[in-house]
Amino acid sequence: MRFRDRLAKGEFVITCEAGPPKGTDVGPALEAVRRLAPYVHAFNVTDLQSSVLRMSSWALCALIKREGYEPILQMTCRDRNRLALQADLLGAWALGIENVLALTGDYPTLGDHPDALPVFDLDSVQLIAAVAALNSGKDLAGNELEGKTDFLVGAVVNATADPLEPHLAKLRLKVELGAKFVQTQAVYDPEAFVRFARAAEGLGVPIIAGLIPLKSAGMARFMNEHIAGVTVPEPLIAEMERAKTKEERKEVSTEICARIIRAVKPYCHGIHFMPMGWEDVVPGILELAGIKTGDV
Amino acid sequence: MLVTELKPREEILGYLRDGERVFLVSCDGCAEVCEVGGEKAVGDLGALLEGTGHPVVGTAVIPFLCNKTLVGIRLSRLRDAVEGADALLVASCGVGVQAVAAVVPKPILPAANTVSYGAFQGIWPGEERCARCGDCVLAYTGGICPLTACPKGLLHGPCGGSHRGECELEPGRPCGWQRIYERLADIGRLDLFARYRPPKDRRRQYDVPLSRRRSTLWALEYLEEV
Repeated sequence: MRFRDRLAKGEFVITCEAGPPKGTDVGPALEAVRRLAPYVHAFNVTDLQSSVLRMSSWALCALIKREGYEPILQMTCRDRNRLALQADLLGAWALGIENVLALTGDYPTLGDHPDALPVFDLDSVQLIAAVAALNSGKDLAGNELEGKTDFLVGAVVNATADPLEPHLAKLRLKVELGAKFVQTQAVYDPEAFVRFARAAEGLGVPIIAGLIPLKSAGMARFMNEHIAGVTVPEPLIAEMERAKTKEERKEVSTEICARIIRAVKPYCHGIHFMPMGWEDVVPGILELAGIKTGDV
Repeated sequence: MLVTELKPREEILGYLRDGERVFLVSCDGCAEVCEVGGEKAVGDLGALLEGTGHPVVGTAVIPFLCNKTLVGIRLSRLRDAVEGADALLVASCGVGVQAVAAVVPKPILPAANTVSYGAFQGIWPGEERCARCGDCVLAYTGGICPLTACPKGLLHGPCGGSHRGECELEPGRPCGWQRIYERLADIGRLDLFARYRPPKDRRRQYDVPLSRRRSTLWALEYLEEV
């Protein structure tokens, strides 16, 4: 069943991030996808995440599609102007990619080419409007297309941002312009997430809660300092601190994730995993959280 | 010198709700030379406003609107009239508009677009900056420029990297859109926040048409540079 049909039916969906390689060797990325495929409904392919140069998102999406799995194309506004964004969207559709996730994109200085030109010709709201235009058979300039797209477009939000109101207002506009699902930044504070979910209930679109399994206390601290929009509360860091071996850390991390899922599940429509190399913990988290992925 | 041109009258009138009272502020510096500011603006814009049902409750022609301190002192002498206005219409470059916004907690509306700043030699003591985008949006953003206050130049609110009022670029750097949100809340115009704006016409920002390159204003800018 297609990802969009599952959302339409109100199924609880599981998505997982897939990172294109730093180079041309797509083997490990596809191997991770194959291993997780029994547990995941769609793979969300990052677009030069954290402004670090990698293979393009659409290329790995096309390869995932060729393997028989469903990709979600992440698109940021950082590197392409409105011409290039629309061109890639048309190409992605021709390659069988049916889902797009529109993001602003981190600033180039956060990545490994800090001297690059930041583009941001469109912002994420206007990118959603561009997808809606292509879906209607016209480009952003109003010209008719020979063959149109029918993308399912999603929006992102930092659900635990403080203060939340400006982010919520922007999200409302994204939904008005055509966003059909919402994926959140990593959630570590279920109470803050529930506050967001209640406030966003009226938007009438499914919300997929983001989850990054903690690998260590050090990783949590690093994210707090360096990853835009991610905040790990101190008690969780302390919990990770007590685990000594890698196996113990995986166990504690699995428990934390399952706990967060159980807390947010009544308020959302799915979970989006960002395992950062720890793909092997995903099945255990789902099992402990009592989530059956059924007929994936 | 900053080169400005008057916005279309429909756009200026579009900022105002029926019957809103306006205080007119006009710059007697660069904007006057561009025939956007000075006494002329007070006359022309005043007539436009009065003729469309918007009482003009006061006017001020100030030599350098980019000097925030000077603007603050001059407008404080006219406090009663300023307080009686629903909005201030400012005939100046984007810096002048932002300087007025920084000292008056009311909706501040730009009457002009800033199209070029050549070799600007004026006094610029604040944090206000203009990207001379040629399509000024300050009326919608509480008088804080999203193109310069946000490093990504976003037009519809903060990105996911904005947290506790800080930008993702570096600790301590304020998020421009958080500032805009707070300013709009202060002036009671949160209805303007996250309203859709189409992609900007980048020609106005990056291209100088031949007609301007051959103008006296452009020549003056060039002279300032050498």
